Amino acid sequence: MEDGRWRRMRVVSILHPLFSIFIVENMNVGLEHYLVVSFLLFALGLLGVVMRRNLLVIYMSLELMLNAANLALVSFSRFNNQLDGQVLVFFIITVAAAEVAVGLALIVALYRRRQTAHVEDLTSMKL
Amino acid sequence: MEAINNLLGGSTVTDVLFYVFAALTLLCGVLVVANPFSRNPVTSAMFLVLTIISMAGLFVLLHAFFLAAVQIIVYAGAVIVLFLFVIMLLDLKEEQRRKIKVFGLVGGLVSVGAVVAISLKALLTANPGANLPAPQLEGGTNALGQLLFRQYVLPFEVVSVLLLVAMVGVILLSKKDLK
Repeated sequence: MEDGRWRRMRVVSILHPLFSIFIVENMNVGLEHYLVVSFLLFALGLLGVVMRRNLLVIYMSLELMLNAANLALVSFSRFNNQLDGQVLVFFIITVAAAEVAVGLALIVALYRRRQTAHVEDLTSMKL
Repeated sequence: MEAINNLLGGSTVTDVLFYVFAALTLLCGVLVVANPFSRNPVTSAMFLVLTIISMAGLFVLLHAFFLAAVQIIVYAGAVIVLFLFVIMLLDLKEEQRRKIKVFGLVGGLVSVGAVVAISLKALLTANPGANLPAPQLEGGTNALGQLLFRQYVLPFEVVSVLLLVAMVGVILLSKKDLK
């Protein structure tokens, strides 16, 4: 392996140590790299849904999870040379927009009644 | 389009751009969920905009040009504006720091860690990127439109009905005297 390529590998692995496990066997950015980013973003969204107490921030974390799924679909579509995945992402974006509109209207209606957007104050359906 | 393709042709440039956009996406995602400086929902919404824009950059790197544009227009242009409207309409105060239950914290972290571990393990064992031919796909408007209006025309119409239903539902929900 020539010298410049080694240096490039070193620089890239210093930039993002998380991905260095993949760099040794596969130099170019491939499907795995995009999938790792997608998994991590999904985990972040899940963490937000589980941990945060504000309804609006929980909703934003849901959007994050949808976006992670979109990224996985687009990268699968690109690396398998099939355009169908991108059509699915198009539909997911449309449905997500409709879902956000309905969900935010629900949150506004809830806030009018209870004057709160905290999940800990909304316990009337708790056993 | 030609200039972007020429720019994306060099593998070093795309690799570096991938790492830049991926780091930006994940960093802004962390700041949406757990911002150490501010618990204000407006800050989370602004960092969500940054996450979505850097993800559009990743879409461009994947040659999904139409989806990158749609991502910016629909998410950064419509969804985030809706979020900000609702935040200002509700006049939300900063989320006060309540006592975090240790059980909830540990349970959340363990479940999220398990999800990540399982998916990474599945990725490493399945190794879906191996033995794939070189990617040739271009997600331009023309190709996507041909597919959308030929093979996927029924889902397209169903989605338009869904949008109408959502619109009617939102108008009904936001009426003052909900019966």
